[in-house]
Amino acid sequence: MRTLLLKSLFSGPATTAAPGLGADALEELGRTLQARAGKLFGRSLSIREVDAGSCNGCELEIHALNNPVYDVERFGLRFVASPRHADVLLVTGPVTRNMRVALERTYAAAPEPKWVVAVGDCGCGCGVFEGSYAVIGGVDKVLPVDLHIPGCPPRPAALLQGLITLLDRVATR
Amino acid sequence: MSAIAALLAPLQPLAVLRPWPRYEVDAATWEAIGRALGAGDGALMALWAEPGTVHLAVRAADLRNPAVVSLAAANNAFPSIGQYHPPALRPERAIRDLTGLTPIGIPDDRPWLDHGAWDAAAPLAPPSLTLPRERGRDGRGQSARDPADYAFLPVHGHGLHQIPVGPVHAGIIEPGHFRFTANGETVARLEQRLGYVHKGIESLLIGVGFDHAGRVVARASGDETVALSIAYARAVEAALGIDVPLRAHVLRGVMAELERIANHVGDVGAICNDAAFALLHAHCGLIRERVLAACDAAFGHRLMMDRVVPGGVTHDLTNDARELLFAMLDDALARFADVVRVYDETPSLQDRTCLTGIVSNELVTQWAAGGFVGRGSGRAFDARRDLAYVPYFGMDFAVPTFAAGDVNARVWVRIREVEESARLLRHWLWSTAEGPLRAEVPAIDAVREGVAVAEAFRGDVFVWVRLAAGRVERAHVRDASVFQWPLLEAAIEGNIVADFPLCNKSFNCSYSGHDQ
Repeated sequence: MRTLLLKSLFSGPATTAAPGLGADALEELGRTLQARAGKLFGRSLSIREVDAGSCNGCELEIHALNNPVYDVERFGLRFVASPRHADVLLVTGPVTRNMRVALERTYAAAPEPKWVVAVGDCGCGCGVFEGSYAVIGGVDKVLPVDLHIPGCPPRPAALLQGLITLLDRVATR
Repeated sequence: MSAIAALLAPLQPLAVLRPWPRYEVDAATWEAIGRALGAGDGALMALWAEPGTVHLAVRAADLRNPAVVSLAAANNAFPSIGQYHPPALRPERAIRDLTGLTPIGIPDDRPWLDHGAWDAAAPLAPPSLTLPRERGRDGRGQSARDPADYAFLPVHGHGLHQIPVGPVHAGIIEPGHFRFTANGETVARLEQRLGYVHKGIESLLIGVGFDHAGRVVARASGDETVALSIAYARAVEAALGIDVPLRAHVLRGVMAELERIANHVGDVGAICNDAAFALLHAHCGLIRERVLAACDAAFGHRLMMDRVVPGGVTHDLTNDARELLFAMLDDALARFADVVRVYDETPSLQDRTCLTGIVSNELVTQWAAGGFVGRGSGRAFDARRDLAYVPYFGMDFAVPTFAAGDVNARVWVRIREVEESARLLRHWLWSTAEGPLRAEVPAIDAVREGVAVAEAFRGDVFVWVRLAAGRVERAHVRDASVFQWPLLEAAIEGNIVADFPLCNKSFNCSYSGHDQ
């Protein structure tokens, strides 16, 4: 183990450079956040991820945000275990009928102010599951959504960009 | 001769299904097959239904190929296989929820996928049998039934308490409910309740084009998307008699093994993380990221979704990409060897993984559990070898099998499989045959059926399709998790609650793949 620790110590950081603010995301946030109560979070947001019906593809890429390459915590973004600690719900979809109540209760459990980010083509719309008896549709069919990050699944860099943009807007209000 | 082979021997197979035989049987034979399965005579591979008919796929030692057995459900009912063979219970409960067919004699008549939230009961049944539900007062499509209203099995005893967990879990994972009954720290029983991410996949595979159906099947479980696409493509190709070019076969193999390495490495790290050993999690995360970046560079998608299609593959591998994959493999395997060394030399970590979450060989055999769940408990089955398909056919690779059945054994299966996958990859990358990437999909009006199995990282996935006039008429996808989830209930028994994440991660069953 000592060898591995020393190797890690002397090799440079694996982390990628921070992505800039996303132009599309900025525009969407400008629209949605202006009307809401602003609060300074000291450039820090706690995120609760909710899988409301995903195929798990989006979860794999959201997971990757925590790896040493993307290292989301360097931006003050932290994934938390309970909605009680969360400022942001990061929701993947499509929202299934069987998950609707759980998603609504998770949202209700998060304290105000709170933001909802819909992730993936299924979370943003309904993806390939459109038309099924078992799904309601995109996240915005159930919760007010502040930011959409499309992709099937979105790359971690795109997720990071979206979240940093959200952070920037929230922090500078 | 096995009882199943003896039952099927006098029957004439239908010509419609390829490449396995399909038999139409009467209720007595159907029930006799259930009894034979219960007596350990063969392995149940899948059990599904469509309006009016139930099907099962079965393997027996003395059958050359697995067989599909079909029963016309008289009066919308059929004899329960689950009353003789418990692995059939959840599939039968799902069949009743989806198609309204009643398994006669089933010892567990609770719903499974249907949480009372759909507009109608039995959504896949013909309209005459579908039962619309009352809408709730709010008029927003809320169901009348509280989703939490589910009859968990009763537990009696002194000092027992229950811990409900989920469907929304503490980590970045899929939703499902676990009801623990514990005595102090020790788990007396775990009961799962799944179905939260049921997306109605079978209903989306009715009367759609091949490409669209492929995109849906590829998303039955995103982490094994390549394997699902391979199974689907092979089923369609078998049905239509398509000869896939060799280069496409090899590229499928390349993608499948890259997917296996990425998942195994990621999960080994995650298991260590659940034992509070974050160092290896960080290193595995780094390796996984390099593998996915190489997949992205080579095939244009980190998870390689929709790259495998009926007839072949959509993306070629350039010489540059091949060099990049070679370099990535050298780097990733060297880094992984460091990880394995630390895992092997850290007693405090092994203290958590050894003798934790044991599943017996009897159970994995009875459930025909595939993947590392089976192979970690001594069931040496790998579809790449035992139901061999190109490009694995004739290849020399080991199927690592361990007897202990604990978390540690499942970790070692994965470690050894990473090494075997890298060997296969290097071989194929050296020898990639030149040639076309995709054969034409012929237009055939007649009804054809195809069936195929592919070995995903977590076990064998099974796909059956019925095609007519260039469209998918009906399909069924069975994920390996269907026969692995119930064994997790057995694995956790007698362990402490705090070891559940460790056991769960060592299984890494798919919620989406199970719920569909």
